[in-house]
Amino acid sequence: MRIKINGEAEDIEAEKLTVIDLLRLKNVESPEMVSVQLNGDIIERQDYETTGISADDELDFLYFMGGGSL
Amino acid sequence: MIKLNRSVHDAIVAHAQRGLPHEVCGYLAEKDGRVTAHYEMTNTDAAADHFSMKPAEQFQAARDMRDKGLKLKAVYHSHPETPARPSVEDIKLALDPAISYVIISLAATDPAIKSFFIRDGEVSVEQITPVDDQENTEMT
Repeated sequence: MRIKINGEAEDIEAEKLTVIDLLRLKNVESPEMVSVQLNGDIIERQDYETTGISADDELDFLYFMGGGSL
Repeated sequence: MIKLNRSVHDAIVAHAQRGLPHEVCGYLAEKDGRVTAHYEMTNTDAAADHFSMKPAEQFQAARDMRDKGLKLKAVYHSHPETPARPSVEDIKLALDPAISYVIISLAATDPAIKSFFIRDGEVSVEQITPVDDQENTEMT
């Protein structure tokens, strides 16, 4: 299926795909530290394993950004 | 090395000073090898010793960068009372190996800005140099 990932169209060789499948496919380390937006909606982390991705979907993901000075 | 438009340099220092006593945070975006824009983010922790970005603002900034042909170069945040070096927590949470991590320290009279590569817990210093603005400066 063809989907758009972070603004770039990509062909993914899969008929069924969840958010967590895609993060693993993209070799994302620490998926629990990644925020995901699917077609403009932010997906809750507990839903990564159950949220399906369909052809023509637009998915954005980015790393949690945080830190501290101590 | 990061080449940083002087206007961006001044803007992130001003952001850090305006945010006191809390840490501030944001993105730096580049075009043609030069940082021409910054994106000020909400520190959802609203704390003097910690920051977390708001994902909705991160996505909005990422989309704006794409629309303007910019690329994420670095994350910046301030240390109101400690030196410009990554803390243990900064290192632990430096999850994106593709970007640099810039710290603005307000611990001394004159603000200090340093940039770091952080890969697998290893920290190395990266030169960061303010340069005179060119026409492609973006205001965000």
